[in-house]
Amino acid sequence: MAESVFESLEPLLPRVKKPVQYVGGERNAGTKPWDAVPVHWALCYPDAYEVGLPNQGLMILYEVLNERDDALAERTYAVWPDLAALMREHGVPQFTVDGHRPVGAFDVLGISFATELGYTNMLSILDLAGIPLHAADRDTTHPIVLAGGHAAFNPEPIADFVDIVALGDGEEVVGEITEVVKAAKAESLTRHETLERLAGVPGVYVPGLYDVRYGDDGTIAAVTPTSAHAPERVHKRTTSDLDDWPYPKAPLVPMAETVHERMSVEIFRGCTRGCRFCQAGMITRPVRERSPQGVGEMVEKGLQNSGYHEVGLLSLSSADHSGIGTIAKDLADRYEGTGTGLSLPSTRVDAFNVTLAEELTRSGRRSGLTFAPEGGSERLRKVINKMVSEEELIATVSTAYEHGWRQVKLYFMCGLPTETDEDVLQIASMAHEVIRAGRKAAGRGDVRATVSIGAFVPKPHTPFQWAAQTAPDVVDNRLRKLREAINSDRSLGRNIGLRYHDGQPSLIEGLLSRGDRRIGRVIERAWRDGQQFDGWSEHFSFERWVTAAEEALEGVDLGWFTTRERGADEILPWDHLDSGLDRGWLWDDWQDALNSEEQDDCRWTPCFDCGVCPTMGTEIQIAPPGRPSLPITPVEQRRSTPVRNPALAADRGV
Amino acid sequence: MATRTTKAGEAAHPSAPIVEKLRMRYAKRGRARFSSHRDIARTMEWTLRRAGVPVALSHGFSPHPRLSWIGAAPTGAASDAEYVEIGVTEHLDPLVVAREVDAVLPEGLSVIEVVPASPGALADRIDASHWEIETPGVPDELLAPALAAFHAADEVIVERLTKNGPKPLDVRTAVAELRLTLTRTDEPEAPEREDHARAATCGRLTAVVRHTTPAARPDDVCGALRAVAGLEFPEPVRATRRAQGRLDERGELIDPFATDRAAPTA
Repeated sequence: MAESVFESLEPLLPRVKKPVQYVGGERNAGTKPWDAVPVHWALCYPDAYEVGLPNQGLMILYEVLNERDDALAERTYAVWPDLAALMREHGVPQFTVDGHRPVGAFDVLGISFATELGYTNMLSILDLAGIPLHAADRDTTHPIVLAGGHAAFNPEPIADFVDIVALGDGEEVVGEITEVVKAAKAESLTRHETLERLAGVPGVYVPGLYDVRYGDDGTIAAVTPTSAHAPERVHKRTTSDLDDWPYPKAPLVPMAETVHERMSVEIFRGCTRGCRFCQAGMITRPVRERSPQGVGEMVEKGLQNSGYHEVGLLSLSSADHSGIGTIAKDLADRYEGTGTGLSLPSTRVDAFNVTLAEELTRSGRRSGLTFAPEGGSERLRKVINKMVSEEELIATVSTAYEHGWRQVKLYFMCGLPTETDEDVLQIASMAHEVIRAGRKAAGRGDVRATVSIGAFVPKPHTPFQWAAQTAPDVVDNRLRKLREAINSDRSLGRNIGLRYHDGQPSLIEGLLSRGDRRIGRVIERAWRDGQQFDGWSEHFSFERWVTAAEEALEGVDLGWFTTRERGADEILPWDHLDSGLDRGWLWDDWQDALNSEEQDDCRWTPCFDCGVCPTMGTEIQIAPPGRPSLPITPVEQRRSTPVRNPALAADRGV
Repeated sequence: MATRTTKAGEAAHPSAPIVEKLRMRYAKRGRARFSSHRDIARTMEWTLRRAGVPVALSHGFSPHPRLSWIGAAPTGAASDAEYVEIGVTEHLDPLVVAREVDAVLPEGLSVIEVVPASPGALADRIDASHWEIETPGVPDELLAPALAAFHAADEVIVERLTKNGPKPLDVRTAVAELRLTLTRTDEPEAPEREDHARAATCGRLTAVVRHTTPAARPDDVCGALRAVAGLEFPEPVRATRRAQGRLDERGELIDPFATDRAAPTA
């Protein structure tokens, strides 16, 4: 069972673009004998290999599962249309890149949804794998299709296509699912019995065991379990003590080019900054820090195992780690002169961030600095709870230019709740001021600023989950005016780059984000009309989605799901899925937003009762201070590589 | 530390200077043949770091390792004879480097030999390649008359897509030798692929091709057989570069490392 399909795939590869993405063989990847374990996982990132391979979540679960004696995990990614057409023609099914085994032969197909834009690709993958699209049509011979990742916090739009959903952190729940599947196979349970048993695993939601009824006004009247095994509410999982989970230990190093060619170390999980637009910050509470020592060890091992030139210190707001100063300095000292770049996705707007960036780029590889004020006006920044004043921003970028940076990137959003044209136009005056201050600080005229703008999409489990999404033409219009305003001063405008995408894809993202089970028909319709790779502008068709929504929806429409503001009493499609956030607190925070009232960060101020810690039995975990991270390599012994190989070192001094 | 002299102006981003150059011959086979030259270059940079080889770095804000590449085999072609020159910051035993790098290369790539560089550019010692080309679906009996027609022609032009558009390429002039391989004994690759039924319908060519600009690739050789004799290849051909070197008067390739091996060790 599950023999490699590589022999039939191989003759197709010379005919497709970038064939190397389909052959596997990454450093640190591996396969186990099929019959040596009872439970087989296919882990899927539903986008192209170049995007999916670096995904941390998938890499972590791949290692965690393969470390088990009773499971194996292989990976599969979306196949580009050129190869997909050849595979259909020659009868080659969706395969894993590790063992080139047919995905349909696995026990579990786990799909990680970082974004809703992977939904159509999921259908392509199921179809190519020969797995029935609808969960209801599957039997015991088919894999259990599992959805995870941030988008899975509202899985209702894909409820028809997935068997189970895992809410929250995956490290522990994949083991518990493995146990259930193992027992189910041993006991020859029916598919329904297996799913009922899986519904008993904390954090696992089985959409097929719930019934959704709608009222006359189109809103949800009730969501009711149809099985005694299905809980009223499903609570997310939270992994605590990150030092106990030093994954990935051996990052996958592909031969193919990918979007992130670096080693990533997650320095903490969760965020309590409370930016109201940020779903990631809301659903991953509380903050759990990795210790500086744990970070140091992961960097050391990861560099040894990967050979990468760059290390990314990842989290939702890395400069907020309580030990970030020590971490940055120790790593910079340790790797100076070894051609190892260190990077911090920096979004905090203060001078400390510049100091940090300077420390991290000591051994070279200095790119631009990025700041994310997100909102153009002070009023709007209060609405979204991104507390930064224009003075702070100007002072910060001045410091950056003064210290030799020539380029800063500024991130904003357009279409935020309560936003007016005036709020967006203030981005122009802010950018002008940045260039003026930059020229003064740098003492030269050629400083640059890039303004990047994304359209805001309201997301479930955030205070903005009730908000009306701004229509694409309003967003596009504001951005047109912004461009004119930036270029109204030709001298300053010349040094400012403006990047944005048009608002249409965001509206579809909004539909998929806050949709209910009726959206499944829209997704299927759009996919049957040829829609896939929604995250790629050359493959995205707004018209196709609009047509699909018109034809597949009754009584409600695209606008009803996106640009309509929800009321306090409306049952939201994801209300039975618990991210820990108290619904009353979220509503109050939404009202505060409308009144431009800010909310503090509970890491440094008293608890404001968002509800997560008591509901989930978790707590904020701050790394103990004062522990050294790693010994620093003396300068005279430093070599041009971060890895010390005793076999080669023996020849030194000859 | 024997040699650790840092030039003025390097202090801001200290990376040691080149002490010697090593030359590596490596192979890409099996699944790795689908990698492009860029893929191999990236992979080799990371592999050398994993192995702890102190590769010299360029200076400045974006240091990159000092590697020089010599004519890479095209994507899809396998090779037993790829070459790269590595600037290192310490004297190293080439045998140990070969062993340690080979141990951490990804599947499909392997080190054949590492030698210390003797004077003279490696590129000057390479002007031709020896290819072996498998032609699934086209047995030797079909290849033979096409070869005769090819040899009888004065020139055989195929069109090659370059980044400046299609360019005519005279394959006949580029080819120093083209014949049926006949022997099937030296098959180092995946034996499971060599089922007998397939072997009966799969021809095999040996080609020695001069490095022209643009280079005539195995695909172009087959394109030339199509052009000169109307031969159609139903499946993609599988090419393996067996050797590179300098073509001598007798039509043999001189191993580019011969001089390095003969030179006294540094």
